Amino acid sequence: MTDFFNLAVKYLPELFSAALKYTLPLTAISFFFGLIFASLTALIRVAKLPQNEWAAAFLQIIKWIANAYVWFFRSTPLIVQLFIVFYGLPNAHIALFQSAWVSAITVFSLNTGAYASETIRASISSVPEVQKQAAESLGMTRGQVYLNVVLPQAARISIPPLSNSLIGLLKDTSLASVITIVEIFYLSQQIAAANYKVLSMYILVAMVYAFFTSILSIGQHYLEKYTSRFAQ
Amino acid sequence: MIQVKNLSKHYPDKIALDDISLDFPAEETTAIVGPSGSGKSTLLQALNLLERPNSGLLTIDDLHLDLANPLTNNQILQIRQKTAMVFQEKALFTHLTVLKNLTEGPIKVQKKSKAAAEKKAQELLEQFGMTELKNRYPYQLSGGQQQRVAILRALAMEPKYLLLDEPTSALDPELEAQVLRVLKDLAQKNTSMIIVTHNMSFAEQVADQIVFIDNGSVGYQGPTDGFFHSTETRIKKFLGAMSF
Repeated sequence: MTDFFNLAVKYLPELFSAALKYTLPLTAISFFFGLIFASLTALIRVAKLPQNEWAAAFLQIIKWIANAYVWFFRSTPLIVQLFIVFYGLPNAHIALFQSAWVSAITVFSLNTGAYASETIRASISSVPEVQKQAAESLGMTRGQVYLNVVLPQAARISIPPLSNSLIGLLKDTSLASVITIVEIFYLSQQIAAANYKVLSMYILVAMVYAFFTSILSIGQHYLEKYTSRFAQ
Repeated sequence: MIQVKNLSKHYPDKIALDDISLDFPAEETTAIVGPSGSGKSTLLQALNLLERPNSGLLTIDDLHLDLANPLTNNQILQIRQKTAMVFQEKALFTHLTVLKNLTEGPIKVQKKSKAAAEKKAQELLEQFGMTELKNRYPYQLSGGQQQRVAILRALAMEPKYLLLDEPTSALDPELEAQVLRVLKDLAQKNTSMIIVTHNMSFAEQVADQIVFIDNGSVGYQGPTDGFFHSTETRIKKFLGAMSF
């Protein structure tokens, strides 16, 4: 036990600093772009086809693309997606991204976006139609209806499932280790390989993950409490 | 005055409104009655363009629209500025307090200052004895209170015409009475109201004119008395079905 304690004192600062340098930025940046992809995809998927034939055909094609995007990222493992982008594409001389960082952020945000788009789509659909009609009857434009009536209510509904996505993403960034990013899991592997304290090192890294995900859970709790003031 | 001429709305499998021409005079209460599914709500919603008829002319005071043509956002907005709608179901914005429900339209659409919008809202709440509700959220209100707030939200827009789509049909009789009292009060103040209702005794007491819609077309338009004492078979059959 004292052995574990000594290891903790020795390696936790290093693990925490790697978390601040790699895990948290990867999570934050990917989640930010993920939410943008998710919102765009959700809006495309709930959009009603316009009356104009050409505009309707165009939107239909965009809808197919959005569906294909969600289908692909939900149907394949994250690690496979990382391999395709970082190792596969350059091998076929499609060097989209030389950098492991850019590859990781691209894959993580597209993956998160695909899952979260379903959350956002469902949240938008859950706002009663009659409230949208009421807002329109007041003279709001469609944009104003979304901004003032739909989004504030959809945001509240989407907090728990989006928190799930964020916490999942934070843990999934450990997969960045397979494309050469020395984030905390990779770091713990390297240390364990050198000092043979395999169990202790993996328990330590688990604790670091649990520390950060717990903070996110607490944040979720307060956010829910704040936004639930208007609901039973 | 609101006037519709040759208004038609058809769906692929059904004609909802068939060549309807009607006048709704200002400062009077018109009750639209008729069997379920006859097109009453569609007609009412067409008046502020929540429903788009396929053809017809819509005139509200000095605005004239040919509904067969595509409408600009500005035209739609102008129509909606003159009319305000109260819905059948609970349509308050559930994420806003009563006060904010009343100020949302004036601030966001009419670009009133927050202070001016709140002042107007407070006046309305006071006038209808609901001041103590102003900081509550819709879920904290009874169904009757919610509908009365919905009426005030419409009035806060200072519309020329108030459109009500079966505003009491989802309420218990006791709560319905609260709402009907508010409407009666408004009618006595010569508010221009068009109300779709199933409540015949309310229509008889309050309406200046009755519009009877049957199967998508106008079965009667005229004074309230004339409707309730009509000898026409269609109307007698309908009134018979509504009483017990």
